Amino acid sequence: MGLIWEGIREAIRLILSGDPGVLQITWLSVKISGTATLLSLLVGIPAGVGLALARFPGRGLLVALVNTGMGLPPVVVGLFVSILLWRSGPLGMLGLLYTPTAIVIAQFVIAAPIVTGLTMAAMQQLNPKLRLQLIALGASRPQVLWLLMRESRLLLLAAVMAGFGGVISEVGASMMVGGNLLGQTRVLTTATVLETGKGNFDVAIALSVILLALVFGVNYVLTWIQQRGRTP
Amino acid sequence: MSEVILEGRDLRVVYGGETMLEVPGIAVRSGEVLAVIGPNGAGKSTLLRVLGLLESPSRGEVRFHGRPVPSRSQGLLALRRRFACVFQEPLLCDTTVEGNAGLGLRLRGKSAAESRTQVSVWLDRLGIAHLAERRARTLSGGEAQRVSLARAFAIEPDVLLLDEPFAALDPPTRAELLILLQGLLRQAGCTTLFVTHDREEAIQLGDRVAVMIGGRVEQIGRVAEVFGRPVSEEVARFVGVETVLDGAVVGASDGLLRIAADGVQIDALGKHTPGERVLVCLRPEDVILRREGGKAGESTRNHLTGRVIGATRLEAQYRVEVDCGPHVIALVTKQSFEDMALQAGSPVVVSFKASAVHLIRR
Repeated sequence: MGLIWEGIREAIRLILSGDPGVLQITWLSVKISGTATLLSLLVGIPAGVGLALARFPGRGLLVALVNTGMGLPPVVVGLFVSILLWRSGPLGMLGLLYTPTAIVIAQFVIAAPIVTGLTMAAMQQLNPKLRLQLIALGASRPQVLWLLMRESRLLLLAAVMAGFGGVISEVGASMMVGGNLLGQTRVLTTATVLETGKGNFDVAIALSVILLALVFGVNYVLTWIQQRGRTP
Repeated sequence: MSEVILEGRDLRVVYGGETMLEVPGIAVRSGEVLAVIGPNGAGKSTLLRVLGLLESPSRGEVRFHGRPVPSRSQGLLALRRRFACVFQEPLLCDTTVEGNAGLGLRLRGKSAAESRTQVSVWLDRLGIAHLAERRARTLSGGEAQRVSLARAFAIEPDVLLLDEPFAALDPPTRAELLILLQGLLRQAGCTTLFVTHDREEAIQLGDRVAVMIGGRVEQIGRVAEVFGRPVSEEVARFVGVETVLDGAVVGASDGLLRIAADGVQIDALGKHTPGERVLVCLRPEDVILRREGGKAGESTRNHLTGRVIGATRLEAQYRVEVDCGPHVIALVTKQSFEDMALQAGSPVVVSFKASAVHLIRR
């Protein structure tokens, strides 16, 4: 117990003193995971809406793949992104391995299926007849999509939270494709792993507390948006 | 006869090899309420979706104001915006009553102010003005269906499509909304296609009625004509004819026919010739029951003696089945049922006018 209290005290000290190293790591985590989440929304929401509403051959297989992808192990993603970006690999000439961009790519691969799958589920839980009603009211195709997304906004926000939560807390892929380079690719999770390995539990706990606070803060804001104006 | 607004020609809808709808021709006239009735699965809603431009038929075409409807394009959206639709489920969006009622207007690019004025008129006419600020998901079924109706009327459509709008409502709410809708339709004068499985609703709202059975329109005409002179046994059964007997014309003079059916002789009116085989149709409300010895009406030509087999209590009446050779079904008011002290086995006389008998040529 003493260790934990000491860690929390250290965390508070690190945060209050504005330790430049910790701030830099935190900011980098937010930037990388935020970017990866945004990109996954840009791809995942249209893909999820499409999979939910369209009927085409091969749709069943795609849905199964997306659902599998929702549980993709980050180390597997890390492995394949590493191979892709390896100096002699297919995208090696871009020189992206061990850069923040590499981590964004890996986290995007992790978050995109989560956002796609949850968007698809969100759209499918709507009454299928609602779409016909909207068309019958004279809605154009973009208007129908917009209204259906507005109807499932609570679940779409849940998809955003799950996507961000999935990547900000992920360690395996970030470690593998980022390399945990201090000042360049060290993020909260990889730093925590490193400090724990060195036996610096107080710093590790401090980093964990910051990570938890960050996840809580983001979800609190999103939940507030989600639940606004709703009476139980 | 007023102009045809909406027309289906040679329509056919096939789902997975099964023909759901086959209608060579159907026309909805300007300002009329065409009620489409039929049993579940008869293709009524499919017909509504096709004529309502919500589904393109496998074959055939829909014409609006005499012009064929384009299958997929901007033109279709523009036409669809002259229609409005109310389904069995209210299908409201998760916003306020006012937001829902104005949705059709805003989809058509109307400004918020314009939409609000229009919406308040219709919320008022539907008796839900006081609910304007309420969230749609807090409404009762009847209130929600009023919002759905307001949403459709607010558009001021050329054609209003109603697909079983009252089927999910409790009887008092349904009765109240039916009367309200009757007034609104008369006032708005908008052409309406009204799908229902309930013949009472069709009688109450319809100017004309189409009876669908097995994907086909079996009969279409004025309400009195379809209910009084059905063209086939299936239509007869669906429009409430409960006694259908197999018979043959055995005599004819001056339009008065004598029919032999199941060992009894029945007088009827018609232009059939002796020897012709016919189905004898009798509506239960046209059959009068009395105890033997009771006095019959003077103009009533048919009197058959028999015994009561059984009786079923309805809301204000009894449905009595009588064996007089053929089985005849009669509706008797609760009062006279009790006065006659009818029970199974009671001897009775069944009477009906020759003009109440409808004959279908076989």
